[in-house]
Amino acid sequence: MESRILFNALQVLVVMALAPLVKGVLNRLKENIQSKQGPSIFQPYRDIWKLFHKDEVISEQSSWIFRFTPYVVFVTPIFVALLIPVLTGYPLFFAFMGDMLGGGFILALGGFFATLAAVDTANPYGPMGASRTRMVGFLSEPVFMIVFFTVSFVAGSTIPYIVQKHWVTPLANFFEPSHILLMIAFFMLIIAEAGRIPVDNPSGHFELAMIDESKSLEYSGRAAALMKWGGAMKFFVLLCIFLNVLVTPWGLAQGETLTEVLWAIPLVLIKMLVFILILLIIESSLAKLRLFRITEFLGAAFVTSVAAMITRLLEI
Amino acid sequence: MVDPLLTLSVLTKLNALAGGFFLLTGFGLVAMRQVLASLNLFVLQSILLAASAFFLGYQHDSIHLYAVAGLTLGIKTLLIPRLLRRMISQEIYARREILQVLNIPTSLLIAVGLAIFAYFIASPLLTMGDEPFIKLNLPIGLAGLLLAAYGVMVRREAVPQVIGILAMENGAFFAGIAVAPGLPMIAELAAAFDVLIIAIVMGLLTRRIHERVGTTAVGRMTSLKEE
Repeated sequence: MESRILFNALQVLVVMALAPLVKGVLNRLKENIQSKQGPSIFQPYRDIWKLFHKDEVISEQSSWIFRFTPYVVFVTPIFVALLIPVLTGYPLFFAFMGDMLGGGFILALGGFFATLAAVDTANPYGPMGASRTRMVGFLSEPVFMIVFFTVSFVAGSTIPYIVQKHWVTPLANFFEPSHILLMIAFFMLIIAEAGRIPVDNPSGHFELAMIDESKSLEYSGRAAALMKWGGAMKFFVLLCIFLNVLVTPWGLAQGETLTEVLWAIPLVLIKMLVFILILLIIESSLAKLRLFRITEFLGAAFVTSVAAMITRLLEI
Repeated sequence: MVDPLLTLSVLTKLNALAGGFFLLTGFGLVAMRQVLASLNLFVLQSILLAASAFFLGYQHDSIHLYAVAGLTLGIKTLLIPRLLRRMISQEIYARREILQVLNIPTSLLIAVGLAIFAYFIASPLLTMGDEPFIKLNLPIGLAGLLLAAYGVMVRREAVPQVIGILAMENGAFFAGIAVAPGLPMIAELAAAFDVLIIAIVMGLLTRRIHERVGTTAVGRMTSLKEE
C-alpha cells in the first residue's frame, strides 16, 4: 500500500519534471524541420526558471480571479496525473477516485478559470482569445463525450486502468475497428485541445490570430511561469491519456518494485517521442485552418467517433 | 492446420475494420470540399470494398467474391478515376471549393443521422440470420448508399455528383456481397460493366455541359440562359 502511494507521488513528480522537456523537444524538432537550429530542448526549463525570478505586475482593475487562476491552471493537471496511468500498468492509490470523464472535467476547470482570467483584465486580446477557446472547447466537448462513452461501452468501464487492459487482452482487441476509429477521433481532439496546427498555431506571435496563447498575455513573473508550466503539464497529461490508455498500453511497469517503475520513465518518453514525430509531420504539412473551418475539423472528429460507436453497435 | 474459428474471428475483425473505414469515407464524401479529394476518397472507398469482398471470399471460399474484389479494384480504382480525369478538364479538379446547398457541419450532422437511420432500418433484417458478416456489411453498406445519395442531392457540381452515384453503387455492393455471396458471376460482370458505362456516359455529359455552358456548377443552371 505504501509503495502505491509512493508511486502515485512519483507519477506527479514525473509529470512536473518532464512536461517542459516534451515541450522543448517538440519546439526544437519543429525548428529543425524548417532547417533552423532551434532552441535547446531545455529552453522551457530556463524560461520557467527565469520567470520565477522576475517581478510580477498585476493590474489594479483585476479581481481575485486573475491572481487565483495560475494556481488552478498549475494544479489541475497534477490532480489528473493522480488518476491516470503514467508509469504503472496497475491501479495506484488514487486510481479509483475518478474516471476519465472526471479527469476531463478537472482539466476543463483549469480552462474555465483561464478564460475568466483572460476576460478579467479587459485587455482586448484576452477576451477574444478566450471566446475562441470556448468555441473550440464546446465543439470538442461532444467528441470527448462520444469517445468516452464508446470506450466505456467497449471496455465496460471508464476507469483508465481497466480500459487500458481491455485493448490488449487478447491482442485482437487492439485491431477492433471501434478502437482504431477512437484513436483517430481522440488524436484530432488532442490537436484541438492542445492548440496544435490545423486548429491553432502555438508559435505564432500575432495577437489577432491567437486562440490559446492570448489568454496568458497579461501574466508576468511567477504567475506566467505557473501558467506556462501548467500548460506544458496539461499537454503531457493529454499525451499520457492518449498513449497509455488508448493507443499503446505497452512499456508500463507491471511489477511493484521501484526499479521497474523507474524503468518505465524512458519507455514512456520514447512513446511520446514517436507521437511527437507524427504530430510534427502533421504540423509541418498542413496550414492553419481559418477560424470558421475549425467547426469542420471538429465535425470530422465527431463523425469519426460516431462511426466508432456505430461499428461497435454492429459488432455485438 | 489453422483453427477455423480463429480465422473467422480474425476475418470478422478485419472486415469490421474495412467496414469502419468504409463508413468514414462515406462521411468524407459528404464533407469534402475539393473535387480531386472526393475522387481520391472514392478510390479509397472502392479499395475498402474490394478488401471486404476479399475477406468474405476467403471465408466462404467463393471464387465469385474474389472476382468481385478483382473487378472492383480494376474498374473502380484504376479505370473510372482515369476516365473521369481524362474526360473532364483539369480546371475543375484544381478548384478548391465545391458549392453546396447546406454548409458542411450541417451536412455532417445530417450524415450522422442518416448512418444511425441505416442502422435502425437494417436491424430488423439482421435478426434472421446470425452471420457476423451480414451484421456488419448490411447496415454499413446501407449507410454508404444513403450518404452517397445525400451527397448527390446537396452538391451543386457535376463531377462530385457523378462520384456520388458511383459511391451509391459501392454501398449497394458492400451490402450485397454479404447478403448474397453466391451471386452468379454474370450479375457481377454486368454490374461492373454497367458502372463503367455509367461513368463514361456521365463523364461525356459533364463534358458537354462544360463545353456549352462553360461551367459544371449545375446548381446555377436552374434558370434559363439567353444565348
